[in-house]
Amino acid sequence: MNKILPVVLIVLAAALVAAATMHSSTLTPATTPEGAVQALLNHVKSHDSEGAYRYVAKASNTAMPDFARDIFGETGNLRTYSALQLFDTKVLREGDQEASVRANLQWASAVGAVYDVRDLKVVREDNSWKVLWPVQTRAKVPPQVIPVNYLRWDIVTRGSDDDWGAQNVEAPRVRIISMNPVEKDGSFILLGEIENEDTVPGFVSVSATLIGKDGQQIAQEESFDKISHVLLPKEISPFRIDFPNMNRSSIQSVHMQPNAMLVPASADPVMGVMHQALQKDPRGHSVLTGELMNQSGQTVNIPHVLATFYDNAGKVIWVSDGYVDQSLVPQTPVPFSIGVRDDLAAQIHTYRVTVNQYSRDHVQ
Amino acid sequence: MNSLHRSIIVGLLCTASALCLGQVRVSGSGQAGADATLQISGSGSTTLYLFGPGGASKRTVQRGTVTIPGDELKVAGRYVAVLDDSRTSFFVSAAPLQKISFITHPSRVPAAANGAVLGSAYLFDRYQNLVLAPTPVSFQLGVAGSAVEERKVIGKNGVAWVQLNSGRRSGPAQFIASSGEVSVRRVVQHVAADPCNIRMNASRAPDGNILVETDAIRDCSGNAVPDGTIVTFTSVDSAGRSTVDARIKRGFARAELPASSSATLSVAAGVVLGNEIHWGGGL
Repeated sequence: MNKILPVVLIVLAAALVAAATMHSSTLTPATTPEGAVQALLNHVKSHDSEGAYRYVAKASNTAMPDFARDIFGETGNLRTYSALQLFDTKVLREGDQEASVRANLQWASAVGAVYDVRDLKVVREDNSWKVLWPVQTRAKVPPQVIPVNYLRWDIVTRGSDDDWGAQNVEAPRVRIISMNPVEKDGSFILLGEIENEDTVPGFVSVSATLIGKDGQQIAQEESFDKISHVLLPKEISPFRIDFPNMNRSSIQSVHMQPNAMLVPASADPVMGVMHQALQKDPRGHSVLTGELMNQSGQTVNIPHVLATFYDNAGKVIWVSDGYVDQSLVPQTPVPFSIGVRDDLAAQIHTYRVTVNQYSRDHVQ
Repeated sequence: MNSLHRSIIVGLLCTASALCLGQVRVSGSGQAGADATLQISGSGSTTLYLFGPGGASKRTVQRGTVTIPGDELKVAGRYVAVLDDSRTSFFVSAAPLQKISFITHPSRVPAAANGAVLGSAYLFDRYQNLVLAPTPVSFQLGVAGSAVEERKVIGKNGVAWVQLNSGRRSGPAQFIASSGEVSVRRVVQHVAADPCNIRMNASRAPDGNILVETDAIRDCSGNAVPDGTIVTFTSVDSAGRSTVDARIKRGFARAELPASSSATLSVAAGVVLGNEIHWGGGL
């Protein structure tokens, strides 16, 4: 009895662990279109690509690896650092054999929450509902050698044993070339542009201090990621500084402080932003769409798009940004879409798009 | 200040001071690092205390002539010698100029900029004392092979400074501060200013895209704008707007814009706009 009891307990514990960790290999058929989308997304949420793939319709003509790549990312892109956190679904149209379901997705990612809206087609297949999940096949870049001979700036600074009067290399000259304060949804927002006027690259940021009616400092914020931090010579970046829950009437003055540091940098890669256009998305909201083209030979893992919008007087009226969850492989266009304030869409006369590039090998 | 003057000053000080009592007189060059001599009236030994800006010392001396070695007088300033119930003070000034600490700003400057280069020369003797006496300092700034801008300044209270225009030619400019045999050299990199008259040409690339390329990009003084500078090419057509932030390479910038039957092409670097081209049907 003394020997049997431990053995029984071990076997029982192993069985419980196995039961808890093992996924059901059988598919619970979706009886409704919305149920199919929800089942698929629940498997995505639990990072179960095989389980999710079981709800993908054969008519999608999508292979399992392509589906996993589309959902969970590849080549170090933003999706590889993301997890589906929340979703909600809404049936747009439902028929006997086909339906349309809108899924609002919220991904938790390394750069914060990323929102995505997908209008999914759901079809009846083998007596259950399955989701059409077509994956865009990427044009393969032919094997080739892309010569890269752009500049790189390195820095040699003054030694610690040098005389106090000895010369050092200075930070680049940067200048705020425009600034526009606006109010939106109870926030006070500073928009503008900053230029690197120097002949060397710089790591720049813009900070702002709000001075209240009594002359006291009431808030201080930085541009954080609403700016291109590394600016090459003569490069211009937009910036946006948000002060949440701040009333303009309580502010007497604003002190802007552009900061610049001399940093080693590379002039590579070159990014093209093609076919930019202001459009309406399926929900009727204004978006700026286009394609990013990496014209160099190095993969950009996480592209970050910044857009500056101007009115007909050339004044900056809004700055918005968005991360693209696909990586930019050389010479391959990748679509992007960033939100535009609907209330400003009619005032937008022109716009300018710049791209920040984060690569695993280096950050620029 | 020569020894005669020093003796006169010390004499006057002693006359004015009841504590001096005519017992101690100081002579010597009065320069940092040089010996000084105290004439102490009376006979026998006494204790001499010497207080100065660099420290204090105590020794037993024989009345008469006492030499204070220059090693104890390296730091310029006011010294006080105390003997029994009397004391006297004397000043040690800086030794001749031996070193210039030269601070320049900025290290890079656009060509042909007015009053853009600052230089401050701090004048020191061999013991790191500021040379407070008026001292002529010459400043020279220029890129090799071009005109040198020179300014002569009299240093006051140990400092001489100057504000100069940058030259019209880009390159490493030598900025020299000199006084007598002493000179210090700094390099102020003259760089091209903003681009001037950016002009681009457009042609059809073999793959059908639009190939845009600038002429050599120079500033208004004719200096080549450095490689790596951003030049933005923009194409606007019915499909939307396309932009490429190209980098100047070997003096030129080039990029490929999407194929279009009718587009408006423009070019800019920083806040400077170049020419505009109407491509295709827009002609």
